Amino acid sequence: MNRPDWDIVTGWIRKGARVLDLGCGDGALLRHLIAERDVYGVGMEVDDDQVARAVAADLNIVQADLDDGVRDWFCPQSFDYVVVSQTIQAIRHPERLIAEMLEIASEGIVTFPNMGYWQNRWQLGVQGMMPTTAALPNPWYNTPNIHLCTLRDFESLCEELGVEILDRAVVDQERRSSALLRALPHWFGEHAIYRIRKRAV
Amino acid sequence: MSESQQMNNPTSSPASSLGASSSASPGTSPGSVGLVKPQIAQIDKPLLLDCGRRLERYELVYETYGELNERADNAVLICHALSGDHHAAGRHHPEDRKPGWWDNAIGPGKPIDTDRFFVVSVNNLGGCKGSTGPLSENPETGRPYGPDFPILTVHDWVDSQHELMLQLGISRWAAVTGGSLGGMQVMQWAISYPEAIAHAVVIAAAPKLSAQNIAFNEVARQAIITDPDFHDGRYAEHGVIPRRGLMLARMLGHITYLSDDAMRAKFDRELRSGKLQYGFDVEFQVESYLRYQGRSFVDRFDANTYLLMTKALDYFDPAAEANDDLAAALAPATARFLVISFTSDWRFPPARSREIVRALLAGGKSVSYAEVKAHQGHDAFLMPIPYYHQVLRGYFDNIARRLTEEAGV
Repeated sequence: MNRPDWDIVTGWIRKGARVLDLGCGDGALLRHLIAERDVYGVGMEVDDDQVARAVAADLNIVQADLDDGVRDWFCPQSFDYVVVSQTIQAIRHPERLIAEMLEIASEGIVTFPNMGYWQNRWQLGVQGMMPTTAALPNPWYNTPNIHLCTLRDFESLCEELGVEILDRAVVDQERRSSALLRALPHWFGEHAIYRIRKRAV
Repeated sequence: MSESQQMNNPTSSPASSLGASSSASPGTSPGSVGLVKPQIAQIDKPLLLDCGRRLERYELVYETYGELNERADNAVLICHALSGDHHAAGRHHPEDRKPGWWDNAIGPGKPIDTDRFFVVSVNNLGGCKGSTGPLSENPETGRPYGPDFPILTVHDWVDSQHELMLQLGISRWAAVTGGSLGGMQVMQWAISYPEAIAHAVVIAAAPKLSAQNIAFNEVARQAIITDPDFHDGRYAEHGVIPRRGLMLARMLGHITYLSDDAMRAKFDRELRSGKLQYGFDVEFQVESYLRYQGRSFVDRFDANTYLLMTKALDYFDPAAEANDDLAAALAPATARFLVISFTSDWRFPPARSREIVRALLAGGKSVSYAEVKAHQGHDAFLMPIPYYHQVLRGYFDNIARRLTEEAGV
């Protein structure tokens, strides 16, 4: 049931924190964080069915489109963490979202499928086709994932935005880490999980 | 199509905004609260009004659906909009053509489930459906108040509803719910009596009226006031009513309750007789519809009450007392909020609901917000739109679950 990145995200969030989950879907991660970390949680989601499910699950959920920007919704530094889980690749302007999330909270947690995962490289580089994997199951012509990136891509964007990387973890689809993953994260990490903050000026 | 047929056509009647619902299920059908009888609460505690005047005593007419439980914690208050009243669900007589104005949401198994909640729906003070208002006798003169009835605010209404709550033996509403002007009352409840409201459901509302909103209200008021039959509000003493003015006010209101798309879908440029008449009589179906809505409104609504209600709308601005900081105005609220808006509502568009949500978020309140895709305009809040009702149902299910948990502790 849990998505591959949850355990690590949960481990990074302290008890009783104020957490904003952007693109929270039906709020499953928020519920998990409320249960495990007793957080005050707010979610933002655009899809009707997901919002209805989140309301039914007794969560604070705001229906809005992340592509319209999130800055106007929240006061600066009104949360401890902003989580963007498996969402950044489906956003029209990831760079804007990353900048905005770090205005709302002191720390951001971003998770995304790693485009540099060896199977993706194999399918594109050797087989010559856009990859489809467990982490990226959609065909190229019908996918919400319009901004795929590798670990290196993400880290260079952070550098450009003046964003400091506090932690990085990679896992495979089954949430496992291993010596191989740790040794060659760019190749064997199927999902990347970053903890970031604005670099002190 | 005749005007009355139009009214019977469910696609033609939704603009009965703030008045009657378009559902056509009979009062005894499953999901209906069935036949209901209005009741009257006599309140003898003087009410000091925002305008500085006092009402020594007053009556509030209300309806209830469902049963108050032993803990008296399952009560839900329904606040009505501009031209609404206490008759929110069920029928007064088996032969009534239409049920109450929110019958599609209130009843056994409906989103506001009367098998679990005790629903109270009240006619606001100053109304013309039984609560003390301009039609009531002024104890000082022995004649109807007419234009001498004090001008009321949303805050005054909430104070009077609070008295009703106490009289009913309720110390806290499980939820207070309302659309449009009703949603403003919900906000005021959360601010004025935080301890007496557990959940606030604010639908198709705004934190205050815009200049455009006030402008529409002013045109409506001028239509009434300049009607030669208005007689400075003492039309009853002259044995007349300002029929044309009230009708115009209602026609104008109706345009603002519907969206351009909804009007296009419902009427487009359809002609009543199929061809142009080159005259000023009714030609387009939309004209026929508006005239019908205006005329039927005159028969069921009092002009002085209409004036009062529009002023209450204009005056509502809780942030004004907090340096125009809505978050500060809402700071006392402890209720959990659900805010709902409708995409095609241009009277109180989603942007106005977002202001409310942002203020609540800024205050660290519990709030959920749903923006319902709907083409019906402001009137959408009266429609059984599946997603809208799904959200309402999910929210009220949680309220019921929380009550059960509290009772179990």
